This record gives sequence, C-alpha cells and structure tokens, in this order.
Amino acid sequence: MSIGSVPVKFKVTIDNDRCMLCERCIENCSYGVFRREGQKIVPDSRKCTACHRCVAMCPRDAIDLEEKPNDYRSHPLWTREAREAIYNQAKSGKIILSGMGNALDYPIIFDRLVLDACQVTNPSIDPLREPMELRTYIGKKPERINIKKNNSGDYDLNTEIAPNLKLETPVMIGHMSYGAISLNAQKALAKAVSSVGTFMGTGEGGLHKDLYPYQSNMIVQVASGRFGVDINYLERGAAIEIKIGQGAKPGIGGHLPGEKVAEDVSKTRMIPLHSDAISPAPHHDIYSIEDLVQLVRSLKEATEWKKPVFVKIAAVHNVAAIAAGIARSSADAVVIDGFKGGTGAAPRVFRDHVGMPVEVAIATVDKILREQGIRNEVSVIASGGIRDSADVTKAVALGADAVYIGTAALIAMGCRVCGSCYRGLCPWGIATQRPELVSRLNPDEAAVNVANLINGWTLELAELMGAAGINSIESLRGNRDRLRGYMLDEGILDVLDVKMIGA
Amino acid sequence: MCGIISVIDRSGSSMDGGAIKKALAQMNERGNGEGAGYAVYGAYPDYKEYYALHVFYDNLAESKTAVEAILEKWGHIEHSEEIPTYEQSRLKKTQIPWRYFFRPDASLISGGISGEKDAVIRIINTVNTSVNGALIFSSGKDVGIFKASGWPEEVADFYRIEDYEGYIWLGHNRYPTNTGGWWGGAHPFNLLDCSVVHNGEITSYGTNVRYIESFGYKCTMLTDTEVVAYLLDLLGRKHELPVDLAVKALAPPFWDEIDRMDISKKELYTALRMAYGSALMNGPFAIVVANSDSIMGFTDRIKLRPMVAAEYGDRMYISSEEAAIRTMEPVLDSVWMPTAGEPVIGRLRR
Repeated sequence: MSIGSVPVKFKVTIDNDRCMLCERCIENCSYGVFRREGQKIVPDSRKCTACHRCVAMCPRDAIDLEEKPNDYRSHPLWTREAREAIYNQAKSGKIILSGMGNALDYPIIFDRLVLDACQVTNPSIDPLREPMELRTYIGKKPERINIKKNNSGDYDLNTEIAPNLKLETPVMIGHMSYGAISLNAQKALAKAVSSVGTFMGTGEGGLHKDLYPYQSNMIVQVASGRFGVDINYLERGAAIEIKIGQGAKPGIGGHLPGEKVAEDVSKTRMIPLHSDAISPAPHHDIYSIEDLVQLVRSLKEATEWKKPVFVKIAAVHNVAAIAAGIARSSADAVVIDGFKGGTGAAPRVFRDHVGMPVEVAIATVDKILREQGIRNEVSVIASGGIRDSADVTKAVALGADAVYIGTAALIAMGCRVCGSCYRGLCPWGIATQRPELVSRLNPDEAAVNVANLINGWTLELAELMGAAGINSIESLRGNRDRLRGYMLDEGILDVLDVKMIGA
Repeated sequence: MCGIISVIDRSGSSMDGGAIKKALAQMNERGNGEGAGYAVYGAYPDYKEYYALHVFYDNLAESKTAVEAILEKWGHIEHSEEIPTYEQSRLKKTQIPWRYFFRPDASLISGGISGEKDAVIRIINTVNTSVNGALIFSSGKDVGIFKASGWPEEVADFYRIEDYEGYIWLGHNRYPTNTGGWWGGAHPFNLLDCSVVHNGEITSYGTNVRYIESFGYKCTMLTDTEVVAYLLDLLGRKHELPVDLAVKALAPPFWDEIDRMDISKKELYTALRMAYGSALMNGPFAIVVANSDSIMGFTDRIKLRPMVAAEYGDRMYISSEEAAIRTMEPVLDSVWMPTAGEPVIGRLRR
C-alpha cells in the first residue's frame, strides 16, 4: 500500500436535526454508504457514487451530497483525474472501466449550432392550429417510382416498396440489452415506445418472453457475440440491427460480467449461468464489406425479406466512406453512434478518447451519400449524446432521418448518470440484475415517464419546425439552411456545410 | 409578397406582351422595383428547332469569348445577337443580354448524357459555375425570358415586351426578401422547356437543393425558384411522372388524408412521399410553371400565398390577384380560388 488511498470524490453529510432515523438511506443505498450507529446515521463518503438515490428517497431532506473540491496541489496538466487514474493503474495493472458517456470537456457542437425562425416574410406555423407532420419511414426507398395509368384514369403504383418502419416521431430508443439493464427497465422502454408509436432496440441480449407483446415495436440486434440470436428472435423483431461498433467504445466489443448473468439473462442470451458474455470487437464472419453484405442478405433471406436490416457503426474518422459502403450493402439504414454515447461499461481511455462527435459524422455521411446519389435510398439514424429536442432537431437538419436516445431514456426513469452501471448495483433498478434492486423500478410508472419525455420532445420539435415555417419533417432533414454556426471555426463549419451566424 | 400572372391561349393563338405588362403593373404593391420579368412561349418561330439560350454578360470580352468557346465545342450556334434593349430613365443596362440559337451535339459529351436536353443542362451548369460574368438564364426552344432589376413597366419598356408575341405569357413582379435583387434573381426562372414564376419562400430550400444536386443539377441563381424548375425537370422529364403527380410529390396530401384513401391510392401516395420526401416543398408559395403545352399553378399545402384562376373563352389565367387578371380581361367566364396543393392546369388543344 505504498500509494495509499485517494481522496473521496463526494462528501455525504446528514443533518441530524432533520434526520428521523427512518433508515431509508440505508435500505436504498446499494453501495453501502450508510450505517446506523446508535441514534445517528453515519455515512461512508468513500463509497458514494453520487447516484442520488438517498437524496431522492430521504423523506426529510436531511442528506446533503456535494462533489468534493480538488484537494491535491492544483496543476493544469496533472489534474485530479489524471493522477487518480495513475494511482489506480499503478495499484491494479488493469484497464480502468467507466460507465455512461464521454467525460472529457470537449466542446459540444450541438450547442454551437443555432436554429432559425421565421419573421414577417415567411409565416411561422402554429402547431396547435395547423397540421405538423413528424411521421418518418425508416428503411430503403426507391430512387424513383413508376406508375401506370389504369382504365379508370387513376394511377397505379408499379414499384415495389421495401419494408420500412413507420415512426410517428423521429425519436427511437437505442439498444440497451437485457443484462446491461434490467427486465423492468426494458419493459418500461417497450411500453413507452409502443404507446408513442416508435421503436426501441433489444441490444445484444436476446428477447425475453415478457417483451413479446411489444415485439412489433422492437428492433432485434445481432452483434458479434450473437447472444440470443435464433430464427424465433429474428422473426419477432420489427427490424434487425447488425451492431458493428458503438460510439462509446469504437473498435472494441462488449462485455457483460458473469455477475450480471442471472438465470433469466442466461436463458434469454442462450449462454451459461454466470458466464461472462464477451462480444468480441470483430464479428468472426465479417472481415470485409463483402462479408457484411452476406450477413445483411442472410438475415433478410432468413426473414423472407420482410424486415429492414440496419447496420450500426461508431463514428470514426472515415465514417462517411464506411457508411457509403454499408448503404450499398443492401442495408436499409445506417446507424451512426457518436463518441458522446453512453455505455454500461467501457475502458475509460476509449470512452474519452476514441471516435468523433455525431454532429460531424452525420454531416459527412449525408454529404458522401448525396455525392454518390444514394442518400435518398437509405435511412440515417443518429445516436450518441442526444440530450433534448434541440439536439434532435439539429441532428435531423444535419441529415439524420431519426435519432436513437439511450441515456436520456434512462434519466427519464430515474438514472442520475453516476457512471457506475458496470458494477451491477444500480440503486434505481435500471442497470442491475439484483432482484431486490430491479423491483424498485415500476415498469408501468417508468413507461409513463419515458413516454412523457418522448411526447414532450416531439411537441418541442413540432414547435421548432413551425417556427422555421416547416410543417413536414421531410423538409427539415438535411436542411442546413435552418442552421447557423455560433463560435465554430471555419474548418468545422466547412465539414458541417453550415454557414456562420450572420451569414 | 411578389405578384404573379400567367395566361395561356388554349387554341394556340398569339398575344402580344402589352396586356400582361399592364396586368403585372397592377400588382406593383407586391413588388419593390427590385425585379420583374416576362416569359413568352412562341417567341422565336424562325428558330423553333433551336435552344434559345439567353445569357447575361458582365462584359463582351472574356466572358462572352469563354461562353462561345464552350458552345462551339459542344454544338452549333445557328444565330446569335444582342437582345435589343431600350434604356429607361431609372433602369440602366447593368448586364448585357445576349441570345444564341443553339443545337448541342450530345454525342460529344460523356457521363450519362442521354440526349440533347441533358447536354444543354450540362452546358448551362458548366457556364454558370465556371465562367465569371456570364449567366445562362433561359434555354428553351421557342421560349424567351426577359427580366431585369426594375419595376414591371420599366422592364417591359426596356425590352419592348409588346413587340413579342406568344401563346403563353408569364409575368413576375418581385419583392425580394431573402436574397438581394439582381438580374439573375429576377423571375421567371427557366430551364429548357420549363419556366417558373413564384411568390413566396421555400423553407425546405436547403433540403431540396441537397436533394436535387445529388442528381447532378447545380443551383447558381441564389434564389429558391430555380430549384422548382430542376425538381420538375427531374420528376417530370427524367422520372417520367405525369405533371399532376409531380406536383403531388412537391405539395403532397397530408398523412391524415393519405391514411383515409382507398388502399391502392394510399399505397401510391405513401410511396410518392417516401421516394420524394426530399423534393417536398415547404413554406409559403404560389407557383406557376409553364412548358410549351401548358401552364400549371399550385400553392403550398396550407395555402399561405394567394392564387386565383380564371377563364375567358380559350384563355386561362392564373394570378396572385383577380384584379390583375381583369386588367387583361375585364369580363371573365369564370373565376375561382384553387384549394391548397391542388394543381390548376391549362393545356393547349392540340
């Protein structure tokens, strides 16, 4: 122990005058911060993750939680995080894991893009009085349609349209597997998407039978581990997604620790109880774009060409060329996951340093697909750090057909972004498989919260479109004219193909 | 704002430009003196087999030499001349309008060029994007566009519009609000057989431009009107949609309405929106599009700009204001207000 301990990150204090010794904090904290000593609750701040469960559940507001200020000698280069990472690795010799999204202070491009609104010459549209159309079809579109005039003088469609997902809002919920999150959390998300007319991903965890009633709103995932994948699973999904990469950790696979592989998870994933579920970085049958084409077509063939197949990749520097390859692979949609995306667990060094922002990725993908004349034939889904309806609007204006949200949906269920999902102790019953914790999440109530969030964003999106004089989401998609860059440099503006503010 | 007026004589009889000049001036409240223009079909009967290329030149040295080198390289110039103009007290000649009667040789051009029309589009794109001080703004057969920055009467007098005759006339009185007034930005906008006048703003411009440019078109006029001409060229000429269906792609029925259609119609309109969502035009607009056979007017889906249609004998009119139509024809057989997104079409009886 030559290094000793590092200072505590969070300081928990109890106001003993307010505390009534109900011990709810002890019951609620799965990290074991609180214990009772006589007539006092005593916190052990070192164990705190700032999950806020105790603060939220204390009936007397007797708990204070604050981030402890840096008490190392201050240094602009050797920050607290840098030093503590070294202490931890010097002790363990291991990779440092972390949860949730990128924690470095990169500028957020979304926040430096501003939207436009109509004044005088072009009327704003009031969504309360006028129709506002957010319906979005995700899937392959024909380059053109052929029609034939029939005997009665009407036109008949002479082009077969590939199967598409019909969304009533361009907000979907991304893939968070059963295993990474609890069954109650998945149920809540499934009920929510069914009620608002959108879709969610199963993640690479199979499809639990309790979710069968919602299967028409679920996108099943085929990742490198192929966990839970069989023909029954494929046939139940409304669409199939091949996961190649994930924004939070491009270039590496997934890892669900054996402790989270409880009985039901093992059955759903089709793996032995308590075994580590390791998805390797590469799919062992995909080492080229041709191999991907084969998998896309195999999945289509297996499901009789009735389901759209998506391919998800992490946003990396040559994302545009990769996406163009995917677009030509028979895939119906390409999902681009930016480096602000969340995750249950990722090596810290990946989460914080690999990949690129989804804003840039979407803009470049949209550009190359247009240059190649195929943008219209494939859908683009943006994910990774979508925080509010403004981000959704800007993502669509940059060229996305729809977005996936992940962390935002978890926050709607109570998650406080404490970043400790990989420990399986989530006190909110979300990122855990412990029955006593899972039962804390009421799927019906959480479903209402998630549906409320999506409905709220949808209303805001409609308002933003109306303000811009647009009453159909098709006219927002790729409409860079409705965006201006604010405090963005010329290089980024050029990549985004967005004009500077005032221009 | 902006005022539009159009007339077709369905028997093909000619009208001179005197009446439309007065009609357009009737709507001077809708303009600000920054742009006006006229299109006339049937203008060049002597050269009706040739593409009439109207060009604005900044000078007759480098830019004209460069354009003529391009035209001679890719085809044959049958005749060329300066378009006669007559300076007005306020309207000075800031650019030199020139016209060529031209026939391209499509076999000389590579890259998916399938015929004369594609070749002409390629030549226009080349000139408008690479030759400084030259702008081809009109390219149809037997069609002429006459436009400038000025009031309708000034522009008409500048070109002596009453000296021209044709069976279709379009007029536009401009009140530019999202780009500056300049000669190229005045309407009508023309590409090949298709001429467009437009009142409004297309808020989907960014989407429409990105869509149309992915098919090889280049938007160079700094106005949202040209994209309409390109979209109609793509949907009508290249994708072979009948004109009424092409309009339904640009201003489609709402999903609510589509959901209520019978199954085959619903499939058709769903497919139309899925395939051509990026061609959908949003924002307030009233548009009249002419080609050698017809004029067609349509508005945006919630009719944020006015449009009125009328008939008198063989003549059919579409305008922003009934008063403008009555300037041309005081007593009309019928006058009506087309519903939002519904095209009104007047065709030659051939």
